[in-house]
Amino acid sequence: MSRHTHSKRIEGLDKNVWVAFTSLAADPSVVNLGQGFPDIPPPSYIKQALAEAASVDKMNQYTRGFGHPSLVKALSQVYGTVCGRQIDPFKEILVTVGGYGSLFSCMQGLVEVGDEVIIIEPFFDCYVPMVRMAGAKPVLIPLRCFHADWYLDPDELSSKFNSKTKAIIINTPNNPIGKVFTRDELQMIADLCIKHDTLCFSDEVYEWLIYRGHEHIKIATLPGMWDRTITIGSAGKTFSVTGWKLGWSVGPEHLIKHLQTVMQNTLYTCATPLQEAVAQGLLRNFEMMGQPECYFTSLAEELEGKRNRMAAIVEDVGMTPVIPEGGYFMLVDVTSLNQDLSHVVGDDDEAYDYKFVKWMVKEKKLAAIPVTAFVGDESKKEFEKYIRLCFIKQDSTLAAAEEILKSWKKV
Amino acid sequence: MARQLHASRTDGVDKNVWVEFTQLAADYKAVNLGQGFPDFSPPKFIQEAFCKAVSGGPIMHQYTRAFGHPPLVRSLAKFFSRIVGHEIDPLEDILVTVGAYQALFCAFQALVNEGDEVIIVEPFFDCYQPMVKMAGGKAVYVPLRPKAASGAVLSSGDWVLSAEELASKFTPRTKAVVINTPNNPIGKVSTEELQMIADLCIKHDALCISDEVYEWLTYDGAKHVKIASLPGMWERTITVGSAGKTFSATGWKVGWAISSGHIVKHMKTIHQNTVYHCATAAQEAVAQGFEREYEVFGSPESYFQQLPAMLHLKRNKLASCLESVGLQPIITCASSSVDEPNDFRFVKWLTKEKGLATIPVSAFYSPEHSKEFDKYIRFCFVKEDSTLDAAEDILRKWSKGQ
Repeated sequence: MSRHTHSKRIEGLDKNVWVAFTSLAADPSVVNLGQGFPDIPPPSYIKQALAEAASVDKMNQYTRGFGHPSLVKALSQVYGTVCGRQIDPFKEILVTVGGYGSLFSCMQGLVEVGDEVIIIEPFFDCYVPMVRMAGAKPVLIPLRCFHADWYLDPDELSSKFNSKTKAIIINTPNNPIGKVFTRDELQMIADLCIKHDTLCFSDEVYEWLIYRGHEHIKIATLPGMWDRTITIGSAGKTFSVTGWKLGWSVGPEHLIKHLQTVMQNTLYTCATPLQEAVAQGLLRNFEMMGQPECYFTSLAEELEGKRNRMAAIVEDVGMTPVIPEGGYFMLVDVTSLNQDLSHVVGDDDEAYDYKFVKWMVKEKKLAAIPVTAFVGDESKKEFEKYIRLCFIKQDSTLAAAEEILKSWKKV
Repeated sequence: MARQLHASRTDGVDKNVWVEFTQLAADYKAVNLGQGFPDFSPPKFIQEAFCKAVSGGPIMHQYTRAFGHPPLVRSLAKFFSRIVGHEIDPLEDILVTVGAYQALFCAFQALVNEGDEVIIVEPFFDCYQPMVKMAGGKAVYVPLRPKAASGAVLSSGDWVLSAEELASKFTPRTKAVVINTPNNPIGKVSTEELQMIADLCIKHDALCISDEVYEWLTYDGAKHVKIASLPGMWERTITVGSAGKTFSATGWKVGWAISSGHIVKHMKTIHQNTVYHCATAAQEAVAQGFEREYEVFGSPESYFQQLPAMLHLKRNKLASCLESVGLQPIITCASSSVDEPNDFRFVKWLTKEKGLATIPVSAFYSPEHSKEFDKYIRFCFVKEDSTLDAAEDILRKWSKGQ
């Protein structure tokens, strides 16, 4: 079978932190604060909308390839209002298989072999392999920490741009840190994009999950940025239905059309009844936007409580949380536990956080995600003291985690 | 932007017959025998399975296993093992994808390098060519040719592959052969030719991508044979299937690729870097569908017996209708594009002027052969009788000069 080797484009891309750690956490006795999915139920009206959609014959058949008409129209309404501009539902929106599918369509549609793409660390882990699969070079720049504030060094960022730079990927709110980029920070990035004529792929899947004192700003709304930005959103994160795998890209026609080309040559269309249900969910909440009953507001409210509870639990054990400004993940510094991991079986050069999480799953029955999965090799030393906890979990799950951490403290 | 904005892998793959013609059918509210989807409902048991999944616990709405929801891969393995004659490992030998479309994409991306050649049997489902191109491969075409002289009413079985012609297409750079049986658009079910194709794949150590999405829809006693079941072929064949076609639910977009683990693992790498997961509830419903079909396999209650039986009647109805109106393509020169193939122009005219949507068959041919086959249009008959009646009405009126 020597000729049946894989294509060059996937060389070195086979490892994946999720594949490794989700199976580890699959044991039902493990309290899973690892992979980012809610164990709280989605709003009942969204499930109802899906059941209703599936009962209509034509909703079980193919819909428009670039996005089900009722969904793209609903997206156009919601984002048109948020962005303060008219968004053409058919030319400026593409519906994809999750935010993931949008990221993929951006890379494949717009990133050329030999291009450079700037990625801010820590980054959602798929950005690097997707850039590499497109034959391009990931150029990493870490967020630096100063007195619990995570920031981008302007000179350092500027130094990363050159004539090969095709795009910069930003993620706000950021996974895993939970940083919400400020207007000034986004302006700094925008200035560089405009100066170097680069694109911006803005992953905003957690856009509605913003905590008090912070505001989600869309970089696409800054002057000069609409024409060079693709903004990515997710039904899964918006409505707590990660298993629906629907997302979208919003941007100018001259960019979206290339993502549409990718779509029509990769999977062609997304599932119809799911799109119809998301459309219903969006329209319902559009009516209530800004009000407490709007799910975009109420979910953030609920999660802020869970965030605070999680932070308290973690501090109580002597670990140091990084309080997120948005999103539903929390970084936790485990240094002060001084946990001896010399007995943990693994590669010698395996980072501390990987060993820590494996040990924690096995010995403490609590699952998290190691944060060095989200950084490049050069930044591993800075980040290997952190683990990532997901707190979009039922109170009972958080209580179970609390129990484990309390008993740990006693040992 | 001074340099090219889009990635060059999207050069030349931006046109798409479906985008163009489904829009046309919608714009003119035509009786739609064009794009291939049923206008009747999926079977009750599968709709019920979906409702059950949707109202199932919270886990039905969250991420499932990336490479395939465990109940689904288990039921697929169980179901197809006995058909293929090989013990299929549910976790190693199967990848669930967003429709068969994405399975094809994963196969090409995982296995085709720049400069590899991929033999495609024509007419081919149109996406094979741009997918090969996007993977940097070179498509090499070999057409099915009609046996009989023109004028005779042909059966799709009369379209055959020449052994010599196919053999001549293999070179040291041939990575794979793509076959589609039953074939879209012709409907041919390959049987004798499969051994010939298999022999060549083995001789040249090539892979075989076998698109079998219509595997249950065979007529007149034609038997669907899986090329993966032939000796020496399991380890080199990627068999692609579709829940959409199997259960008349094209809008669910659930498909799969089944192959030897050493090949599937590379497709998994592509999958985890493209969409990563497929929707959970739909997979759960399809799993239930296969469990049910496993129990009633071969019996009259099986949907895989009922659907082809129903479609057989519709096929005959459409065929006799077309024969009775003596359908001969009449090319009216209303189109403005002289470069456009005859069948494209005809289909547009038929949609706009007569309100009947079909698909031009030269879309399923390579540029080098499309001129030979531009006198054919494709009708989809997986439609309610009322739709077929409406089409018949239009054709009768037209033949009477109305």
